Amino acid sequence: MTDTTAANSGTDKETVESGDPEYWELRLYVAGQTPKSITAFTNLKKFCEEHLAGQYHIEVIDLMQNPQLAKGDQILAIPTLVRKLPAPMRKIIGDLSNTEKVLVGFNLVPRS
Amino acid sequence: MGIVEDKISRALQQLPKAPTGIDGLDEITGGGLPKGRPTLVCGSAGSGKTLFATEFLVHGAIDYDEPGVLMSFEETDVDMVQNVASLGFDLGDLIEQGKLSVDYVRIERSEIEETGEYDLEGLFIRLGFAIDSIGAKRVVLDTLEALFGGLQNEGILRAELRRLFLWLKEKGVTALITAERGKDGALTRHGLEEYVSDCVILLDHRVSDQISTRMLRVVKYRGSSHGTNEYPFLISDTGFAIMPVTSAGLDHDVSQERISTGIPRLDEMLEGKGYYRGSSILVSGTAGTGKSSLAAHLARVTCELGERCLYFAFEESPRQIVRNMQSIGLNLQPYVDQGLLRFHSTRSYFSGLESHLALMHKLVNDFKPSVVIIDPITNLIDVGDERTVNAMLVRLLDFLKNRQITNFLTSLTSGGSAPERTDVGISSLIDTWLLLRDLETGGERNRGLYVIKSRGMAHSNQIREFLLTSEGIKLVDAYLGTTGVLTGSARIAQEMQERAAEQARRQEIEAHRLELERRRKTLEARIAALQAEIQSTEAETSRVEEEQHLFAEQGLRGMEAMARSRKVRSPGLPTNTGHPAEKGQDKEGSND
Repeated sequence: MTDTTAANSGTDKETVESGDPEYWELRLYVAGQTPKSITAFTNLKKFCEEHLAGQYHIEVIDLMQNPQLAKGDQILAIPTLVRKLPAPMRKIIGDLSNTEKVLVGFNLVPRS
Repeated sequence: MGIVEDKISRALQQLPKAPTGIDGLDEITGGGLPKGRPTLVCGSAGSGKTLFATEFLVHGAIDYDEPGVLMSFEETDVDMVQNVASLGFDLGDLIEQGKLSVDYVRIERSEIEETGEYDLEGLFIRLGFAIDSIGAKRVVLDTLEALFGGLQNEGILRAELRRLFLWLKEKGVTALITAERGKDGALTRHGLEEYVSDCVILLDHRVSDQISTRMLRVVKYRGSSHGTNEYPFLISDTGFAIMPVTSAGLDHDVSQERISTGIPRLDEMLEGKGYYRGSSILVSGTAGTGKSSLAAHLARVTCELGERCLYFAFEESPRQIVRNMQSIGLNLQPYVDQGLLRFHSTRSYFSGLESHLALMHKLVNDFKPSVVIIDPITNLIDVGDERTVNAMLVRLLDFLKNRQITNFLTSLTSGGSAPERTDVGISSLIDTWLLLRDLETGGERNRGLYVIKSRGMAHSNQIREFLLTSEGIKLVDAYLGTTGVLTGSARIAQEMQERAAEQARRQEIEAHRLELERRRKTLEARIAALQAEIQSTEAETSRVEEEQHLFAEQGLRGMEAMARSRKVRSPGLPTNTGHPAEKGQDKEGSND
């Protein structure tokens, strides 16, 4: 899927050594190329470039192709963004259109 | 099966059903849940929803070759497996065989931030994957409402739920969705019944007077008729058991066969044959009148015939009953050991009336007795008012009669009231009604037994005194005296009096007999004396005749001698010469 390729190619450039406390490992779960998925990926990419430039890795998982992967990260909603690193694990569901909420969800700013 | 149930099952054949395998439920719903459609099971916390759902899946996988998916939102896979292991369900084994798939969906609001549009496609994919991987025909979502706690956007959630149920129908799986009961009588807290409209089952767990009762009701079943009552159910050590009691059945077969009461004299009072098989027998009496002893006699005679007897005791433990009955010469222990006699002792307030009913139902189905004893039914009033107890008994007796099981009930009546009145509520259900009564006479208390009624037989109208002896129950005739019925010492006194009178009469007769004998002997003596007189008279007579004869002979001889001396033949004397000479003599004589 093109999103996955794009994400991988993006991460190729921005790979930072794992183990770094500031290294972010993100997984975006989608189900096929729906408008919501594309919006979410676009928004995520934009967010990462703005706030986490050079220290993130995005993996896009298409559940249409790998349905068995939904169980592992307890995915219900699509799209779901999972922050595997840094701990603790966080989940943000939705198309990530509200940057403010993404920041709250990742504990980058405190909840108001 | 009653007429109503027959009708129901006929009507239900039009709609395909997925049998649940749960005792009783398939009878109420006429075959099971709507196949290929979602069913909602709602109930408050602890009402048994999860267990119900799990049984549905387990029976499907084992008994009906329909693999199932359990998607749990509340309990982890491991918990789930452990929880039902105590009921003998091995989920782990079913999972290994590919007949069951358990997916635990954890949803934690604090971990999730929502931003923008989303849908629940992930859930659909997970479920779809689980269904396809084992070819599932059944799906349980337990409890879907957890989603409402985990997700903020209710608008999206509701739209997605609607889509989920349509999707489940398209998949053709028989789905069972559990939901928490809402406030103010609402079926579910979040209105799930809006989406699941094919079949709704309500589980209830109510507590009144500290006693809990579980009830099940089919609230709705689209496209099918169903039993509409509330049915009591049990969660026993083998899972769910629902009692589909309908009291509509007055069409049960009746038996002509008679069974002994275990007491010969009581059999005699009932046409000499005893009770009818499959009839209802009630024994009423105040405390200590021997109701349980009557029950024990029936239990013994049943077991002696090699039939099974189930004894529900609400007052005594099994060992206590066995020990106490030994004191009147009834040894029940061998029958317990042989498995012919089974006691079930509980305190009546141990569970609700309906639970008692469901439990009895279950035990009767398991044990298949030919006689059921409930000792005493009045204790059940502790856990329900008289009206509900009567309603319960109607259902129980109908159930037993339908199976041709003889049922023997004892009823404790309170001292002051007339026993006939106390039991009036159930008397119409009873075929044979025995009354044990205290008879107070002469400063003592004795027991009397009589038959108030016994349908279909010419029973005795006599009152019998009822004795508990070391060889069991003895019934003896009670005496009617001028002061009423005589029992106990009064009866014994009466018996002694009668015996004395009898003795006196016998002596008098004997004296009379002796007198007559004496007179007879006197007469005989007189007869003997007369006889002797006759004999002596006869002897005299013969002697006289003899003399006469001798005299005559001597006279003749004298004449002969005279004739000889005159050379003349005496004409009167026979001679030794021949006839011609005699003739000659005759001629000569006539010529003379």
